[in-house]
Amino acid sequence: MIYRETGQFRTSYAEDQAIFRLRQDKIGIAVILAIAWIGIPFFADEYLLRAILVPFLILAIAAIGLNLLLGYCGQISLGTGAFMAIGAYAAYNLALRLPALPLLLDFLLAGLIAAAVGVVFGLPSLRIKGLYLAVATLAAQFFADWAFLRLPWFTNYTPSGSVTAPPLDFFGWVADTPREKYFVCLAFACLTALLAKNLVRSRIGRSWMAIRDMDIAAEIIGIRPMTAKLSAFAVSSFVAGGAGVLWAFVHLGSWEPLAFSIDMSFRLLFMVIIGGMGSILGSFLGAAFITVLPIFLNQAPGLVGIQLSTAMVSHLEFMIFGSLIVLFLIWEPHGLARLWQIGKEKMRLWPFPY
Amino acid sequence: MKLKSLALAGAALLSLVAVGPGVAADTIFYPHLVYRSGAYAPNGIPFANGVADYVAMINARDGGVNGVRIELEECETGYATDRGVECYERLKTKGAGAIAFSPLSTGITFALTEKVPIDKIPLQTMGYGRSESADGRVFAWNFPLLGTYWSAADILIQHVAKISGGLRGKKITLVYHDSPYGKEPIPVLQDHAQKHGYTFEAIPVTHPGVEQKAAWLKIRQTRPDFVFLWGWGVMNSTAIKEAVAVGYPRDKMYGVWWAAAEPDVRPAGDDAKGYQGLALHPAGADYPVHKDILRYVYDAGKGAGKREEVGEVLYNRGVIDAMLKLEAVRTAQKLTGKKVVVGEDVRLGYENLELTADRIKELGFEGLVTPLKITCADHEGARKARIHQWDGQKWVFVSDWIEADINYLRPKVEAAAAAYAKEKGITPRSC
Repeated sequence: MIYRETGQFRTSYAEDQAIFRLRQDKIGIAVILAIAWIGIPFFADEYLLRAILVPFLILAIAAIGLNLLLGYCGQISLGTGAFMAIGAYAAYNLALRLPALPLLLDFLLAGLIAAAVGVVFGLPSLRIKGLYLAVATLAAQFFADWAFLRLPWFTNYTPSGSVTAPPLDFFGWVADTPREKYFVCLAFACLTALLAKNLVRSRIGRSWMAIRDMDIAAEIIGIRPMTAKLSAFAVSSFVAGGAGVLWAFVHLGSWEPLAFSIDMSFRLLFMVIIGGMGSILGSFLGAAFITVLPIFLNQAPGLVGIQLSTAMVSHLEFMIFGSLIVLFLIWEPHGLARLWQIGKEKMRLWPFPY
Repeated sequence: MKLKSLALAGAALLSLVAVGPGVAADTIFYPHLVYRSGAYAPNGIPFANGVADYVAMINARDGGVNGVRIELEECETGYATDRGVECYERLKTKGAGAIAFSPLSTGITFALTEKVPIDKIPLQTMGYGRSESADGRVFAWNFPLLGTYWSAADILIQHVAKISGGLRGKKITLVYHDSPYGKEPIPVLQDHAQKHGYTFEAIPVTHPGVEQKAAWLKIRQTRPDFVFLWGWGVMNSTAIKEAVAVGYPRDKMYGVWWAAAEPDVRPAGDDAKGYQGLALHPAGADYPVHKDILRYVYDAGKGAGKREEVGEVLYNRGVIDAMLKLEAVRTAQKLTGKKVVVGEDVRLGYENLELTADRIKELGFEGLVTPLKITCADHEGARKARIHQWDGQKWVFVSDWIEADINYLRPKVEAAAAAYAKEKGITPRSC
């Protein structure tokens, strides 16, 4: 009923190739964008913006990056945290050593540097697959951890190894209030989602999916595995590097290599698996699940007026969060995005299911 | 069906968010970032209990600071920087507004240093944090009270130089937690190496510090004359056990004041005997303040921890941390004439904080803290520590108070602060 496509005719190629072809979807995305761009900035308080929405958006971007590689091209990577770190430190060093460059260009170059490193660490993917590749990408993680801890040049010889981001100056417009920072992250998130969505519908994205589904068959029909796999690593690392820049410059402001440790890589992997592999929407849902839910669980007892000790709350948080991950994977192994898809199917038939 | 129940559960959870208990507006809001879980919990818990008990005692005995009740709220960080930032954002505007933050983590301190000047909330980092933040002209909102890591390194060098009669030709190895915390003392130790003529080596240990075999095998090879331990949490007890395994004498090991408490030595058992460390303050529960805590909090059954843990090293540090913060609040109340003070007022309170010997006695802290005076230029106040040694049961002092050499440290602090000011475009205040 709600999702019925009856009576909606697509009469031009442009309409047929639109991302959202259904009127209901168009209205839905317009409402979500309106809430994100107009509603939230007006009504959300500083805590919601700075502590929840900004990290959520940045990690959603990083999850999109990993999803392009894992969900669309089928290459498991445990090095996303490393590519984020490379992006962050590249942007820091560019801003520090070439102050003449505008910040936006620093961000772009940092993404490109991360992409280059991603290609290098993606080379083993030409020979090895699956879990073996995951172990090989782990090398990227350890390499980045080592480089940023041990090579003092990257951290500008600061004694503590902790570096500080310069002010967020975009061609004279300085983003320093929580609302401005939120807008910066939202703009990047929308842009990334749009680019990623179009990329996976294009020739490149289709070649990735062919490789994911069966690489030998893909090779036979004329897709070059090297180009496909390495381009997936490059694009994925570029997006992850951009997310790393935002995480460091917008969210933390001052950071140490621990901010991009193996924990970060695992969290991103969980986001993609729980959100839904091969789905842009899934990256957002997964990011929300992994970042927002623990914070919510941590505050839930206080919100309903149950007084528990801090230690108890934090142990409960771990237990409930862990069991929810297990339960979600049992109920819906294809992730939250698949749940949404099932929901849409049901709404199509509602109220007369058969 | 499943989908429907999921949707219902989601809606129920969301509806919970709407309601929340309010906080009375006529109380002082004391936010506290703690870690009662995770790899650093053994050290985080006693500190958090000390703070909670002292605040509860002040509320029960005096009805708060000058009659204004204190509302304490804890937030669990797990020693993770991103959760610490989230906690800070969650608590900073609660109640009347946060008075000050003490994250008890150098990583969180670095992240919050960027945020507190905007939110106008002081950051009290007693015995930790950025060493250069002692320069109040640049770091107007940071208060590394009682001593920074640079002071700690200087004190340790003074001590070992004294007991070994000069350090020329000696070898000193630093085993450090590979984080901003552990790296802080390195510049001072390196600088001293040139001045005193000892060989310095720094061996990093990765978080959380349970894997240190390689570090100690290296120590067995090089046989340094002294090992300084800059660890935290489970890393400290592991280091002592590894020292036993490679046969390195414990009485040649010196921990910083965060690596010289009961949770560090107890897991190593008898082998920890002889291990030494810096003490910012004594352990023990015989001070007047402890009598009040036991009487007003534990006798009423409201203690945060176990009764027998009152008086442990980190417990006492929590008590002192809370006392200094509330004394800054008291000073702020006097200066502004307001009853309920917020961060901006408390910063004024810190900058005019002076604890004389008489005042310390009045507070029941005689012997626990030395007099200190914070000024606009000097946010450290005091920089003294003693060396204590673990005798298998308790900590015993083996030195008198040693004061870090301000004439040596201050130019370094000022240079580092000036570099930070230049990077961030801050104009130092004139004091």
